[in-house]
Amino acid sequence: MTLDPAILARSQMAMSLAFHIIFASVGVAMPVLMVAAEFMWRRTGEKVYLDLAKRWAKGTAVLFAIGAVSGTVLSFELGLLFPVFMKHAGALIGLPFSLEGFAFFTEAIFLGIYLYGWSRVSPRVHIISGVIVAASGAASALFVTFVNAWMNAPSGFVMREDEVVAIDALAALKTPYALHELPHTLLASYMATGLAVAGIHAFGLLRPGNHDFHRRALTLALAMVIPCALVQPLIGHFAGQQVAQYQPAKLAATEALMHTQTRAPLELGPLKIEGGLSFMAFNDWNAKVIGLSDFPPADRPSYIVRIAFLTMVGLGTLAACYALWAAWLFRKRQWQTHRPFLLATLAAAPAGFIALEAGWVVTEVGRQPWVIYNVLRTANAITPVPALGARLAVFALVYLSLGVTVAVIITRHVRLTLSPTRAP
Amino acid sequence: MSIGLPDVLGAVMLGALGIYAVTAGADFGGGVWALLATGPRRSKQHDVIESALAPVWEANHVWLIFVVVVLFSAFPRAWSAICVLLYVPLSLVLLGIVSRGAGFVFLQYGYGSRAARTQWGRMFSAASVFTPFFLGTSLAALSGAELDVSRGEPLEASTAWLRPFALLCGAFVTTLFCFLAAVYLAVEARADGELKRDFRNRAVYAGIILGVLSVAVRLSARNGTFERMLFSSWWSHAVQWGVAASAIATLTALWLHRLRIARVFAIVQTCGIVLGWGLAQYPHIILPGLTLQQAAAPDIVLVWILISVLAGTVFLVPALIFLLRIFKAHRSDAAAADGQTQHALS
Repeated sequence: MTLDPAILARSQMAMSLAFHIIFASVGVAMPVLMVAAEFMWRRTGEKVYLDLAKRWAKGTAVLFAIGAVSGTVLSFELGLLFPVFMKHAGALIGLPFSLEGFAFFTEAIFLGIYLYGWSRVSPRVHIISGVIVAASGAASALFVTFVNAWMNAPSGFVMREDEVVAIDALAALKTPYALHELPHTLLASYMATGLAVAGIHAFGLLRPGNHDFHRRALTLALAMVIPCALVQPLIGHFAGQQVAQYQPAKLAATEALMHTQTRAPLELGPLKIEGGLSFMAFNDWNAKVIGLSDFPPADRPSYIVRIAFLTMVGLGTLAACYALWAAWLFRKRQWQTHRPFLLATLAAAPAGFIALEAGWVVTEVGRQPWVIYNVLRTANAITPVPALGARLAVFALVYLSLGVTVAVIITRHVRLTLSPTRAP
Repeated sequence: MSIGLPDVLGAVMLGALGIYAVTAGADFGGGVWALLATGPRRSKQHDVIESALAPVWEANHVWLIFVVVVLFSAFPRAWSAICVLLYVPLSLVLLGIVSRGAGFVFLQYGYGSRAARTQWGRMFSAASVFTPFFLGTSLAALSGAELDVSRGEPLEASTAWLRPFALLCGAFVTTLFCFLAAVYLAVEARADGELKRDFRNRAVYAGIILGVLSVAVRLSARNGTFERMLFSSWWSHAVQWGVAASAIATLTALWLHRLRIARVFAIVQTCGIVLGWGLAQYPHIILPGLTLQQAAAPDIVLVWILISVLAGTVFLVPALIFLLRIFKAHRSDAAAADGQTQHALS
């Protein structure tokens, strides 16, 4: 049996991205928490904040390193697996990629200073280094998401006889998808990491022992999660409207809408709102929404998109409700002791990352069968090199063992953090 | 022949490759020396290597990403062809980059038993040996006159990287990185005289092997244009003698225990080698079929990449100098601070 090389190449890319996105998100969000803890230590003089900053910094160091190397793999793999894509797109996505490179460079330099410079630079320089790490982490996430936005809604060129001509590098940055993908991705990183950290420290608070440390940690993590989780559904709604306008096939796939109709209904379980989908997509109860049957079967995204979409929206809605609950408990000053809330926080620890991966599947699988939407088909972009399966197997094995090792190391780190007797 | 934008960006890539060699190259070399650590000061050698790499290896690594990004944005046709032709060695390089980085960070933060730490150390070291090797074979393949892309796009992976010339270049690059690392580590062993001597001796051995390998590479070079360019251009003598003179100066300085001076000459020597390779390639990006000019994206793209490179450099260079000054400058209190750094990490 020979597997379709397109499937193998896509699987390899999907695996690399699914792996990288977790570490990349942590690399974007953890520095914010780490520098917030240090800031609180400098302001209040409470040593428990210093412990927190150092422990968070240590977790950041491990996860950032894995993010850096798995990101390198991706920058090569775009070309190794999809050389035709890079031939056409290289010049167009080069600018955001170079800017991302510089942002990443900055992050790596100042993270080195932050992690190893506690005793070598002044307090002011140290905290500024931390702020630069957090800012450049966010910047690199934004620049790299530009590339994905462009693949979904390409701009800045003309296609003539299978060649990309009239390339305009700046116009390529004007992809309309940047408007929603950039904030959506950044907030998702903060939410996912914040929820995971909150879950860990909620676990600490549920156990007997000294709670000083975990209280402060939970507060900082929630301060990051709450605003993001409340804003994210609004951006998600805007994203849906953008998709409706630019990628009708993807919208139809997310909504499992078979036939084109006006006054398309929105189905929420047993509840059916007439015209609801039309309104959500176009702000008009009577708008026409295109169904999947309008596209040739080969151009319809997989049903996986629907499952991923429901997962993302479901978890996002739960996260928003959770954030309201948290904010309410915040006001009543009970968020550190309210047992049901702490249990919910513990349960929510993996939710952000699951939603993040699901959202990524919606964007990427929903774009298929195109690698550059409506311009270049994925199947026409792949490498002619054989034996993609062997490479996939090797990398799967490597990522699996890396994933397990990181999990073991972080678990041990967390266990040390949780044990009340251990000094940092 | 006038100098155009593609040439400028080619020079930018070559410069970044040179910096990658003298910074990240030494990090790979450090990994090799961790594997070869022997004698009564074995664990001290490991310590010096680890503390030398820890704050800087990630920033150093970014130079490679920088080269690749400029390559695929400014010369997309070349990158696309390279990705097909050198699919196998580049995949091995990636495997090496992942294993090296992960091995090192696990070694540092692994909290593991001695056995686990040894295992991570081995992964880090093994990857430090083969990553530069395959990087070297890949670069050599670009000069090997066998990757002919003049008749359209390549349709299969090449085996040019398996030729003796490429394999010898791979060994040469790995040895060069070991040599650099040993020189740097001899400086960074700071107050410990015996440890300094360990690395100084290793640098001398590596330097001698490097000399032998450079002769072997010369003898195995059978690739017309590249050979002619390298040995019969107007600049050939200057570069050849420059590299040879700095090699002799490095070894002499090592012999006389003038380690800081040796470090300067080792850097000059490495940059000279990278420069020589780049000049011999010029104006080609893949010899003989594809020139920088032919592979280049439209000028408007090149202009913006150049602008972003310049803008980035204005910010990055001071930041990098700051990083190196904090961790690599010689200060009397550095040893004390080192102790505290270790403490902060443990």
